[in-house]
Amino acid sequence: MQEALSKPNAGMRGLEVTKTLFSSFFEWFGELGLFCGRLARAAVSPPFEGRELVHQLDEVGSKSLPLVALAGAATGVVLSLQTYASFSRFGAKSLLPAVIIHSIVEESGPIVTGLIVSGRVGAGIGAELGSMKVTEQIDAMEASAVNPYKYLVATRVLACVLMLPLLTLAADFCGVIMGWLTTTLEEPMSLGLFFEAGLKTVNFNDFLPPTLKTAVYGLIIGLIACFQGMRTQGGTEGVGRAATNSVVLSSLFVVLADVFLVRLILVFFP
Amino acid sequence: METQEPAIVVEGLRKSFGPQRVLNGVNLRVAYGETLSVLGRSGTGKSVLLKLIVGLQKPDSGSITIRGQDITGLTADELNEVRKKVGFLFQQAALYDSLSVGENVAFPLKRHTEMSPAERNDRVRELLQQVGMEEHRNKMPAQISGGMQKRVGLARALALDPDILLFDEPTTGLDPITAGEIEELILKLEEKRQTASIVVTHDLHGARMISDRLALVHEGNVLLEGTYEDLEASKDEFVARFLKQGS
Repeated sequence: MQEALSKPNAGMRGLEVTKTLFSSFFEWFGELGLFCGRLARAAVSPPFEGRELVHQLDEVGSKSLPLVALAGAATGVVLSLQTYASFSRFGAKSLLPAVIIHSIVEESGPIVTGLIVSGRVGAGIGAELGSMKVTEQIDAMEASAVNPYKYLVATRVLACVLMLPLLTLAADFCGVIMGWLTTTLEEPMSLGLFFEAGLKTVNFNDFLPPTLKTAVYGLIIGLIACFQGMRTQGGTEGVGRAATNSVVLSSLFVVLADVFLVRLILVFFP
Repeated sequence: METQEPAIVVEGLRKSFGPQRVLNGVNLRVAYGETLSVLGRSGTGKSVLLKLIVGLQKPDSGSITIRGQDITGLTADELNEVRKKVGFLFQQAALYDSLSVGENVAFPLKRHTEMSPAERNDRVRELLQQVGMEEHRNKMPAQISGGMQKRVGLARALALDPDILLFDEPTTGLDPITAGEIEELILKLEEKRQTASIVVTHDLHGARMISDRLALVHEGNVLLEGTYEDLEASKDEFVARFLKQGS
C-alpha cells in the first residue's frame, strides 16, 4: 500500500525536477541575452575605459602567454611523435612537416589555446567578478555612477576577443618549432627544409580563418565568465561556483563553437 | 544649500523578493542638514531601502524623489547624474580590493571630474586627512582593519562632495571606541556640510547620538517616526521591546 502511494509521488517529484531543470535552462539563456544587451549598450557608448582595457589585455594576454606557449609546444611534440610512428609504418615520412603544420595551425593550436585560456582566464574573471559582487564592490561602483558593464565587463570581453588570436599565433609557433625538433631527433632535418616541405601546401586560407576563429572563442570565454561572475550569489561558496561554472561552461561552448566554426570555414574557404 | 524642499522624499515604497514582501508602503522625508536613523530588526528591509534610494534596485511601486527628481523613471545616464550627488557608505565598506586606499578614494574623482593628477592628489589627501587615514594611503584594503576600511569608504563616499549621504550600518562589527569615532566623524560632517543623511543601524545608542529623528521599521512599514523621546513615550509594545533590548 505504502509502495503504491510512493510511486506516483516519485513520479511527480521527477516531473517537478525536470520542470525546474527546463525552466533554469531557459532562464539562464534569457538572462544571458539581457546581459549581452546591457553589454552591447555599454560597450558602444562613450566614455571608453582605455586604461582598464590595456590592463585587461595584459592580464589576459601577457599572463597567459607562458601557459599557452607551453601547451602549444607539448601539442607539437605529441603530434610529431604520433604521426612519425604512423607515417613511418606507411612509408609517408615525407608528408610529416605538412601534416604537423596543417594540424597545428588549423585545429590543435586554436583549440588548445581556447581551452587553456578558458581555464586560466575564465576562472580568474568568474572568481574576481563573483567576489566583487558578493562583497558589494559592484554595487559600490554603480552607486559611484560608474557603469560596471562598461568598466568591468566590456573591457574583459574585448581583451579576450583581441588576445585569443595573438595567443593562438604563439601556440602555433611553439607547436611547429617543437614538432620540427621532435621530428628532427628521429629523422634529422633542417628547420628550413621542414618549413619548405610543410608550407608547400599551406596557403593563406589555411592559416587565417582558423586563427581568427579564436576571436569567437575569446568572445565566448569573456562573455560566459563575466556573466557567471556578475550573477554570483551566496558568499564564498557562490564565488567558487561562479569560477567553476565559468570554466566548465566556457570550455564546453568553445568546443561546441569549434564544431560549428570548422564547418563554416570549410564552406567559405574550401 | 538648496531650497527648502526635502532632499529625500520616499512615498508608498513597496518591494518584494518573490513571495516575501520586504517593504510595504514606506513613507519618509529627510531635509538638508538633517539626519534620520532607520532602525529595526534584521531582515526588515532597511538596507534594501537604501539601495532603492540610490537606484541599485527597482521598487515594485511608490516614488523616490531625490533633490526634487523622481528617480524611479530615470534612464541609466540620468540616474548616474543623481548618484554623483549621493554618497553611500556600505556595510562592509565595499572598497575595491585591487586598488590601494588612495586609488579607492581617487576612483570617483578620476571618472567624474576634470581634475589634473596634482589636483586629484591634493583632494585625495584632504579627504583621507578628514577621516584620519592619510598615512595609510598606499596600503591595500586587505592590509587595514575593518574600522579603517569604513573610514576609507567614508572618504570615498565624500569624494564628489555629495549633499546626500547614506550610511548602511556604519558601526556594525566595530569595537565601541572605533564605533564612537565613526559616529563623531558623521556628526562633524553633518555640522560642516549640512548634508541630508539616512543612517541604517541597529545601534540605538549611536542612532540617538547622531540623529535628529529616528524611524522604526517593522513588518515592512515605518511603525513610528520621531525623536528618541517620541519613541520613549510610545505605548506600542514592539517599540517598548525594541527600546528595552537596545538600551
